[in-house]
Amino acid sequence: MVEWSDAERSAIAGVWGKVNIDEIGPQALGRLLIVYPWTQRYFGSFGDLSSAAAIMGNPKVAAHGKVVLGALDKAVKNLDNIKATYSSLSLLHCEKLNVDPDNFRLLADCLTIVVSIKLGGAFSPQVQGTFQKFLAVVVAALSSRYF
Amino acid sequence: MLSARERELLIELWDRLTPAAEHIGSEALLRMFTTFPKTKTYFAHLDLTARSEHLRSIGKRIVEAIAEGTRHIGTAQFTANLSYLSRFHAYQLRIHPTNFKLFNHCMLVTLACYLGEDFSPRAHAATDKYLSAYAAVLAEKFR
Repeated sequence: MVEWSDAERSAIAGVWGKVNIDEIGPQALGRLLIVYPWTQRYFGSFGDLSSAAAIMGNPKVAAHGKVVLGALDKAVKNLDNIKATYSSLSLLHCEKLNVDPDNFRLLADCLTIVVSIKLGGAFSPQVQGTFQKFLAVVVAALSSRYF
Repeated sequence: MLSARERELLIELWDRLTPAAEHIGSEALLRMFTTFPKTKTYFAHLDLTARSEHLRSIGKRIVEAIAEGTRHIGTAQFTANLSYLSRFHAYQLRIHPTNFKLFNHCMLVTLACYLGEDFSPRAHAATDKYLSAYAAVLAEKFR
């Protein structure tokens, strides 16, 4: 079980308080598909992903980005129980969606970049360190039901 | 691997960053040491506090080397120019190559904070590709 200090809890809440799910979610997922194009294999039904502009303007990417970030909200609200929170979501990605969990970390990296753009100087090295620790725990939880 | 448009974008981007080389480079290093504490093991003999003399001088050299490299992407000179740095990292520093990825990520975060919306998806994608190609050349001499 991960232990969080009070400073870490407030840093995570601080970042999350500045994140607009409807804005950041589409941007993070869009960048994942652009920067790491092999991730497009899971989104064959999304239509036009042929260029950066097509991806950023694709309504299905935007809608799913919101869903993904909405799911991350659950982890923020259940910091002490992240693994159990994502148990069924992990199983879904393994058994039904067949997603290689290495791609979860790439999405986490893209989310970090998008948050950096948004927060600028407020995203200090300490805050970055804590936020990425949080994302690492989420990625581990999402990978936990693979077999 | 990098298109002509991406190469132009990278030259322009890193020309813009060079005047702030010390600031950008030292911040990327500090982010790496803070976010991935194990990376400090290679620099135990240096002062790794924010904006220290060491961080600023190493950071400046890193950014200038990366910026210079953008002019030679895709040419034989790219690898030739890096052969000293490659030998240095492989034989003297002996840094586990996985750490280059951690540094690259922290450089991307630094650029995102510094450039804001100007760090567009295209700039992000081109920089990520370029930095991983750069790291691959640095790791070439490892074995």
